[in-house]
Amino acid sequence: MASESSLLRTPLHDWHQAHGGRLVEFAGWSMPVQYTSIVEEHRAVRQRAGLFDVSHMGRLTFDGPSVAEWIDHAATNSVASLTELKIQYSLLCNERGGVVDDILVYRQPFAFLVVCNASNRAAALERFEAARGRYEGNLVDRTRETAMIAIQGPRALEILAPLFDQPLDGVPYYHLTMGRLLGRVNAVISRTGYTGEDGFEAIIGAHSAVDVWQARLEQGTPHGVIPCGLGARDTLRLEAGMPLHGHEISPEIDPFEAGLGWAVKLDKPDFLGKAALVDRGRNPGRTRIGLVLEGKRIAREGAAVFVNGNQAGVVTSGTFSPTLEQALAMAYVPAGTPAEAAIEVDVRGRREPAKRVKLPFYKRTRKSARP
Amino acid sequence: MDPRSLHYSPTHEWVSLDGEIATIGVSQFAVEQLTDLITIELPRVGARVTAGKSFGEVESVKAVSDLYAPIDGEVVEVNTAVANDVSLLAADPFGKGWLVKLKVAPGAAMAGLLDHAAYEKKIAEDGGH
Repeated sequence: MASESSLLRTPLHDWHQAHGGRLVEFAGWSMPVQYTSIVEEHRAVRQRAGLFDVSHMGRLTFDGPSVAEWIDHAATNSVASLTELKIQYSLLCNERGGVVDDILVYRQPFAFLVVCNASNRAAALERFEAARGRYEGNLVDRTRETAMIAIQGPRALEILAPLFDQPLDGVPYYHLTMGRLLGRVNAVISRTGYTGEDGFEAIIGAHSAVDVWQARLEQGTPHGVIPCGLGARDTLRLEAGMPLHGHEISPEIDPFEAGLGWAVKLDKPDFLGKAALVDRGRNPGRTRIGLVLEGKRIAREGAAVFVNGNQAGVVTSGTFSPTLEQALAMAYVPAGTPAEAAIEVDVRGRREPAKRVKLPFYKRTRKSARP
Repeated sequence: MDPRSLHYSPTHEWVSLDGEIATIGVSQFAVEQLTDLITIELPRVGARVTAGKSFGEVESVKAVSDLYAPIDGEVVEVNTAVANDVSLLAADPFGKGWLVKLKVAPGAAMAGLLDHAAYEKKIAEDGGH
């Protein structure tokens, strides 16, 4: 592990340190894994609201005459269907059809913004450069000059709306809006997140990060908001069945195996990895499944999965679910494994029975219908 | 138990020796570092444990940690209440959260264990992470 001093720091690093954040190395950044308890922070998000520093995520801006075509050539989803102020989940693949990164593409009025994983920023940049060809436009990495703060949970809207000068309640899921926070901080706010709850993510200038963070905490205190670390972010996304790069998706795993075939548009013109994806879509090797362990011991990443007594797969993420109070895991098993097959997981030398369930493990009850 | 009367391993287990019976637990500091405990695995009565070797594991949301025996001995009693409900360990690590009682092996030494003052000094030095 790199020493603390060589790690990248978000604009909120000193705040985390001063407020009990337990700082750990994550993807080359010094990040808070928790402040008080993962379970407490997790429950705050499910029941009230939680505040997350996600400034380590990569933020790349694109502007120029043919950046829409450029992004369309780099990523698997269709930019043609991405109208202004919409956000799209998409994938960057290698020539073998493996997933180099999963990204969000924001279509702003005169530019595009791509949010990528912290650990894959260099790899994502490489994929966009590989796709650049004759397209005209500029790609700028804005990660270090900006900050990104998420507020997630059923109270997120009530807390954030009074701090923002544009209406937020009418912003649909996977849409963005632009305006000012605290009357002076330019912000791109999206109705997105990685927790399975309603919520928003704001991109602002790095120098305003502490002011915006503190204003949200003050505004949110009567609503029970608390700061949350990467530990709760992981348990929340796992309950919501969301893949994490390096675990459920990787350069060795294709989107169809991961259950992300809906984000691959094979009918659009050529794009990175298309030839391999056409083939892999017809011949899936394995499939991502959800498991609920019968006991409480956690089946963690790397644990062997047995199907009808034979070793046939591997766990990619596992945790204890604070909401369901059960040990959950996501795993790969051979494609075509019957739903009723008996599944066991080797948890540190002992086989533990598990039940295969449909993902997600947890789905929030939505107050109103959204597109 | 009065934490000041106990001896500690560098891996945060505590020992209270009464004649040939040693009661073993884990320290408040360790419990606070682990947070979000889920399960604990303890040995059976009759199992032999060796100083410095794992005799069980405690699992939190974040990670699994081995429990290391601070002294050689044979398990004569297991705290089944903690085995069934690990929240007892989190709530009262020096009392109701004790883990096992050992019959200490003849000639087994408390060598390598720290007294309370030395242990406090160690965690103060390690704790500033």
